[in-house]
Amino acid sequence: MGFWSSVFTIVKKDLVLELQGKEIVTTNCFFALLVLVVFNFAFDMSALEIKKSAAGLLWIAFFFAGSLTMNQSFLHEKENDCLSALMLAPLDRSSIYVGKMIVNLILMMLAELMIITIFIFLFNVNVMERFFWQLASLLFGTTGFIIVGTLIAAISVNLRAKEILGPLLMFPVVVPVVIAAVSFSDGLINGESMEGLYAWLKILIAFDIIYLVVSLLVFEKLVEE
Amino acid sequence: MRFIEKYLSTITLVMTAIAIILVTASIYLIFMVAPLEKVMGFPQKIFYYHVPIAITCYLSLFICFVASCMFLWKGNLKWDGVAASGAEIGVILATLMLISGMLWGKPVWGTYWTWDPRLTTSFILWLIFLSYFILRSQPNNEVLRAKYSAVIGIIGFVDVPLVHWSVKLWSRGIHPVIDIDRDSTGIHPEMLTALKVSFAAILVIFILIFSIRVRYSFLKSELQNGIEHSQVE
Repeated sequence: MGFWSSVFTIVKKDLVLELQGKEIVTTNCFFALLVLVVFNFAFDMSALEIKKSAAGLLWIAFFFAGSLTMNQSFLHEKENDCLSALMLAPLDRSSIYVGKMIVNLILMMLAELMIITIFIFLFNVNVMERFFWQLASLLFGTTGFIIVGTLIAAISVNLRAKEILGPLLMFPVVVPVVIAAVSFSDGLINGESMEGLYAWLKILIAFDIIYLVVSLLVFEKLVEE
Repeated sequence: MRFIEKYLSTITLVMTAIAIILVTASIYLIFMVAPLEKVMGFPQKIFYYHVPIAITCYLSLFICFVASCMFLWKGNLKWDGVAASGAEIGVILATLMLISGMLWGKPVWGTYWTWDPRLTTSFILWLIFLSYFILRSQPNNEVLRAKYSAVIGIIGFVDVPLVHWSVKLWSRGIHPVIDIDRDSTGIHPEMLTALKVSFAAILVIFILIFSIRVRYSFLKSELQNGIEHSQVE
């Protein structure tokens, strides 16, 4: 099987699994929504203040929800030792990583778009005014987060304290993504000009490329027995 | 290699003696010879140890990064021992760097902590390598532990420039930078001598501790292998 066809097979397999249970997207959305509600009470903000901190609120909700998604992605492979079966399958091992990553990306983006829609209704702040740029920030920010998250999920699934160690290992590493994605979204929501904002996009893209390369190099070594 | 092993205790002893001499000399130079800084006054003396510790810390974590790469490439567990040693000493040095920086910051900046790019980068690096140790405490299998920690050692160190780049854009720094090349406006020559001697002192102490720590991890794995062998027999 070629690289991309095996990636496609893995993506299809995981999406079918998700469509049957709909576990991840629903829990993601609900969890992120709860985070937003808690923030609303914790900070007690006026409409103007919400506009100023909307990007931060949303991204924190995404990151928390995302760390749950990451944990799930290799967990169900652990049941019945499916991961070993995947390793035995005659396909390029990095295609497993890429497949898992794409699935996580699709699930996260779906959840994010739903959360943003709910956010707009609940808080009456249109965060998607500059739609395509905001979409770019979501895409590149989430990709960076997921590239690292999927790699770390492959590690933490084999550990005793898997639920807690995944986020613990992931959050310090994705700090550049947190900073750049929040600043970029924030600039877009609060009407800053694009000249100043390109730098953030550059960081996000650089992070994505560097970590994709590192992860692809490392993943094969990580899973081989 | 055998020569080094034979005379290791002597080498360690000599290195310790050199370290003691250098530390004593640097303390003398810092407090007796180097002039008092005009604006900052006495707290500036922390700088003579803060800077060498910071540089040695990055060196140590870089060793961890290289050894992690080597482990994933070659699969020899000895590299894991080197990586763990580098990370361990790196974290200790990072802690010292953060503490000494905070002690300096309080009288000079009026606050222990500010989210300046350099401070934030060091802090994030410290967090990453702390998580490295939490990870190391987890798997019981030696090879798995080595693999996992090598991955974190690599992605953690690769993160440093990215963190620095993003934090630099995010906030303007107030951390001082000293330009040693310009002799007129830079640093007083006696201050520079004190800095060089304390740098040598920290470096010798680092090499000393690092070699002892690496030897410890080698001996430990040899011992474990020996125990496993005797159990098999």
